[in-house]
Formats: sequence, C-alpha cells, structure tokens
Amino acid sequence: MRVYFDHNATTPLDPEVFEVMTRVLGEEFGNPSSVHHFGQRAKAVLDEARSQVARLINGEPSEVVFTSGGTEADNFALRGVAEALEPTGRRHLVATTIEHEAVLVTLKALARRGWTVTLLPVGATGIVSPDALREAITDRTALVSVMHANNEIGTVQPVEALAAIAHEHGALVHTDAVQSAGKLAVDARALGADLLSLSAHKFYGPKGAGALWIKRGTRVAAIMTGGRHERSRRAGTENVAGIAGLGAAAARAMTKLDAEATRLGALRDRLEHRILDTVPGTAVNGARAPRVPNTTNISFDGIEAESLLIALDLEGFAVSTGSACSSGTLEPSHVLRAMGLPSHRTQNSIRISLGARNTEAEVDAFLAKLPTVVGKLRTVTGARR
Amino acid sequence: MSAMRVVVAMSGGVDSSVAAALLAREGHDVVGLSMQLYDQSDGQTQFGSCCTIDDLHDARRVAARLGIPHYIVNFERKFGETVVADFMREYAAGRTPIPCVHCNGDLKFATLVERAAAFDATVVATGHYARVDQDAATGRYRMWRGVDAAKDQSYFLFTLTQAQLAHACFPVGALDKAAVREQARELGLEVAEKPDSHEICFVPGGDHGAFLQRQGIAESHGVIRNVEGAVVGEHGGVHRFTVGQRKGLGLASPIPLYVVGIDAAGRTVTVGPKAALERRELTASGVNWIAGAPPPAGLSVTAQIRHRHREAAATIEPLAADRVSVVFDEPQIAVAPGQALVMYSGAEVVGGGWID
Repeated sequence: MRVYFDHNATTPLDPEVFEVMTRVLGEEFGNPSSVHHFGQRAKAVLDEARSQVARLINGEPSEVVFTSGGTEADNFALRGVAEALEPTGRRHLVATTIEHEAVLVTLKALARRGWTVTLLPVGATGIVSPDALREAITDRTALVSVMHANNEIGTVQPVEALAAIAHEHGALVHTDAVQSAGKLAVDARALGADLLSLSAHKFYGPKGAGALWIKRGTRVAAIMTGGRHERSRRAGTENVAGIAGLGAAAARAMTKLDAEATRLGALRDRLEHRILDTVPGTAVNGARAPRVPNTTNISFDGIEAESLLIALDLEGFAVSTGSACSSGTLEPSHVLRAMGLPSHRTQNSIRISLGARNTEAEVDAFLAKLPTVVGKLRTVTGARR
Repeated sequence: MSAMRVVVAMSGGVDSSVAAALLAREGHDVVGLSMQLYDQSDGQTQFGSCCTIDDLHDARRVAARLGIPHYIVNFERKFGETVVADFMREYAAGRTPIPCVHCNGDLKFATLVERAAAFDATVVATGHYARVDQDAATGRYRMWRGVDAAKDQSYFLFTLTQAQLAHACFPVGALDKAAVREQARELGLEVAEKPDSHEICFVPGGDHGAFLQRQGIAESHGVIRNVEGAVVGEHGGVHRFTVGQRKGLGLASPIPLYVVGIDAAGRTVTVGPKAALERRELTASGVNWIAGAPPPAGLSVTAQIRHRHREAAATIEPLAADRVSVVFDEPQIAVAPGQALVMYSGAEVVGGGWID
C-alpha cells in the first residue's frame, strides 16, 4: 500500500484536468499571439483559463497574469513592485519570518541592492499579529507581503487586518496564497490584497503553471521582459496546456471547495487527536486554528525527522519534514525556528498534509503503524545516548 | 542469505552501484542511502570531487534503474565535526591524517548501522573491496582483503568493531574491478565506465595546504633544519608538510632532500637525505583488534604504513592502553605519524592503529 500524505508539496493531477490538458496538447498547438485561426483557438484556451482563475479568487480576468508557478509569481510581485516604486522613494519592504523561501530569498536579493527589509515576528502560534505590522510600517514602506496560509504548519494569517494597516500608510499588499487557493475560499478583494500568488499543482493542476493576480491600477514592473504577452506584463509564449490545466483545476476546486474542506478538516482532526493520544511525547506545532483544513505539523520527542520520514516511506506512507523546497539542507525549518521552538523540536517535526484521495481507512492504517515506527526510532536513538 | 532488508551506502560510483545491484538481484529489499557531506545548496562547493551533486545524481539514477528506494541523508554536521575537524587538528599537530578511515568507521558504519536498525534492516552494505565472514568455530567476525589486490580497501576499514562487522556486507569484495565494471555494463548502469576517485574527497586538486588555509588553520611559520640541526630555510606552516615529502620544499641542495620530521610545537620541519627516512620500529595508538582482543606478543604479521605501501613483514607486540609496538624485518621508508598502521595475517586483517 502506498499512501500519499504530502499534498502541500504537490497534488496528483485531477483526471478531468488531465483530460483538458491532453486535449489542448494534442489539438491546440497554435501560438496565442498569432492572429490566425490557430492562434485564436489557443487564445481562447487562455481566455477560458483566465476567467476560471479569476472566479476562484474573485478577481477580473484582466487582472490575472499567468506565470510558471508560485515562485515566479512571488518574484514578480516583489521585484516588480520594488522596481515600479523605486522612483517614489518608498524603499522599505515588509514580510513575515515564516514566508516561503520564494519570498524570503527574493527579499534578501533586494536587500543586497539597497532595499530595507523588515520581517515581522510570529509567536508560538505561527500567526503574525497586526500590532507587529503597526510597529514596523512607515510611510516609506512600498509593500507588505504576507502569506495567506503557511505551507509548513497551515496557519492562516490575518491578511485582511494587515492589509488595512498597510493601506493606511500607502503601502501595497501582496499575499502568497499558494497554500490556500483551492483549499479555502480565497477572495482577493475581501482580503484587501493588491497582488496574490497561486500555483496550479497545489490544487490538482499541473506543475509549471501559476498566476499572479494584480489588482487593476497596481503599479508593477515586468520582470520577464520580451514580447507583448500577458499585456506586456510577462513575456514569453504561454504554456498553453499548463494554463488550461490551471484553469480547469481552479474550476474543479470551486465546485467542491466547501465539502472537501469539511471532509479533510474532520480527517485531519481525527489523525491529529489520535496521534496525540496514542504516541507519547508529541505536540502540534502552531495554532490549531485558524488553519487550512488539510495540514498538521507534529513534533516527536527524541527522534530525528529525517529518519522518521524514511522509516514511514519504507512502510508506504509519504509525509514530509516541512518544505519540500528545502529538503537536502541541514537547516532546521525556518518556520518552526521563527515560532521560537527549541532546536530539538525544529528537527523532530513532520508535516502531514491530506488531500482529495485520502480516506479514513488510510488515516487509520497510518495510525496503526505510527506508534511502532516511532517506538523503534526512539529505541535506536536512545541506545546511542 | 535469505531475503532481507539491506541498507546500501551509495556514493554514485560503480562499486557501490554494483553492490546495490547484486543485492537487489539476490532478491533482497534494498534501500539506498547517499550521504550528503557538505552543503551543496548553492550548487558549488569549495570541496573536492567525491559525493558531489553529480555523484548524488548518479546514485539516484542507479537506484531508479534498480527500482529501489533511495534517500539522501544529511551528514553534513557530523562530517564536519568528525572527519574535517580531525583532519585540521592532525595537520596542525604536524601529523599526516587519513580522513577516509574516520569517514568509513566513525561516520559511515557507526551511523548507518544505527539508521539501518531504525529501518528494520540488519545489514549495511558498501562498495568497499574487502571481505567479511564469521569464524564458525569462535563465532567471531573476520575481515579480509578484497580479492582484487590492486583495489583492496581493507586498510581503510581497520576501525570496524565486531558489533559493526556483524552488520557489514561488502558485495564487491569477492570480485575484481574488471568484473565489477562488467557487471555494471551487463546491468546497463550508466556508471559502468565512471573513473575511480582517488584523492581525499573534500580536498580539491589534492592541495591540502590551500584547503586548510581556506578552513582557517592557524598560521605557523617556522624554519627548516637539516638533520645536523642547521637552519637551511623557512616555511609557511607545518601543516603544508608530510613526512617523506620531497616536492615543494624550496631548498637548493646537491642531493634530494625529504621531510624526515615535523615538530609542530617548535614550528620546525627537519629535512634529510632518503636514508634518514628509514625506520624499522614504530608504535601506534588507538589500536582496534578485529577479533575484539589483542593477539599474543611476538606475532609475525605483514604490515602497511600507508594505503599504497607494499606490505612488509614485521613482528608485533600489543601494549597497554590500545597501543602496539611494531618491528619490521627491513627498514621502511617514510613512517608518517598520523597515518594508519594496518596489520595482516595473510589476507586477514589483524587490526590497525594510528602511527605515533
């Protein structure tokens, strides 16, 4: 048996999305920028996807710019705003300590080029407080970037309250909604955002397709420059099939958002409660609400997360130690560290993120195996000490 | 062996790849582990040629080809704390370290045996050219040279304990290199023709002096004296020298001069003619006896003072505190403190230690 519990890393392609994509790959080879029949057909594919993505986040089609994924959307938002606002003298950028690397590393790059960067702290809850932003923001702040839901612990940030504060100071607001789009109802306008990133493969679409939503009137410089694609905001011939998949996945997500959130929430809570009850020395990292319904992050006293991950995989259960993007490095999770967890807990935690195909039977099979696996690891590491 | 779960340390080279392949073909449940020994997240490294991103790529490709799970485990901190730190300390002390022994014993075997147990695997296999078996009479594990004399790596494994040998498996130790490459070709492994690695993996270009300086070794300028005690030159740090070294001394002399002694405390390097390098006797510390206990005094063995040293006949006497005294039948050239002394009885490894 193989059980996949790592949906925050990526999700399997929805079969209906696969259908759409294979049709487009096979039949719509035209360049969407071409004037002729073939170009028009490809353009129609993009138009439909643009509408579908806009609907998912309560935006307008003209506000959606397709990208290669969430990381490019984050880069585009941060670098694009920084460049566009540079002449205004607003040279200050604000984010949180628990952002995805796509944001944090991009901010580091901007800091090297003279931008001032402030990262807002979070407490043990893993939720940033509006007061922290009030203290940090100035009238020279260009952009406040706050993720909607955290990828490692799932906590939902108070984007709406933070956006109100940012706007009082004339700053723009970007939210990385890569982990919330398709899991929660995401309303870009209600959140008060000016820019919003999302990625298809986190909600049963393909890898290599995402979007940056840019509220009408927002000043953003193009980062990928070249032809006049995406109304000159993102050059390069569009990944038509990937974008079609993004649109189809967005449409699919909308139809079952509420029901699936309820189902996954119940499944996750069952998993979490049973782990806390049956495995001694466990604790949930971060606030348990508000959270995306599919995610839990749990620390296990006296084990190394890397070994637990491998042992569980050998048993047929795929989980993760945090961000898939930082595997292979020794750095403890920057998210757990930012929450003030002691060093042993930043390296003994695993993330379980459920998804569409997971069943109660799978969760129960996992729960049946987990105490044995953890016990064995503790015996081995205990013997060394 | 009946089918069981086996952890194979996969370096991405042909030897460990074939080791994994042979075990998989025997029907074992093979789990490949590759060790990441230094941070390669920025895509480049100041370190050398082994365990690079390309090697990890090769290991993954082989594992995929064999259809076995493969994981990269992060030993960065442990490698730095044990292997690299010891390497620095030894050179700073005027000795000539051999990091591969620490890497195999203290790092790979010590850690992998433990990890394997956590994964329900009782056997750890590597691609070393060595053999291990169990003496039916005593129940003790024995270690032997690999069948291919030119490739034998038992020298690097002398620290293995009975507890570690009980879990150790060297599938290519019974083959010669040509047969290993032939196996790799038959199995369609892309690494079949991959060249062997030779230099110390984390020292690029074999320039250990430059490596030590990048790692921030303390400067220790001093003088070079001849065997009569006269100052004949200056040097930029004792860590740049190895007993037996001839090149890079920067001295003009009618006869070839060699480093014959290094005094780290006095920052002095002593040079002399080749004859001054000859020694018949030595002692070694930190000795591991493969059998788990010292042999009787006066045992005749053959011994090696370097990996590439032709084994020479000697008589040994175990001393207290895990030391051994060795007397060679004939004088040996360039006995370098810090290198491993490994003793053999025929092809069987008796034990080894660190030359004082």
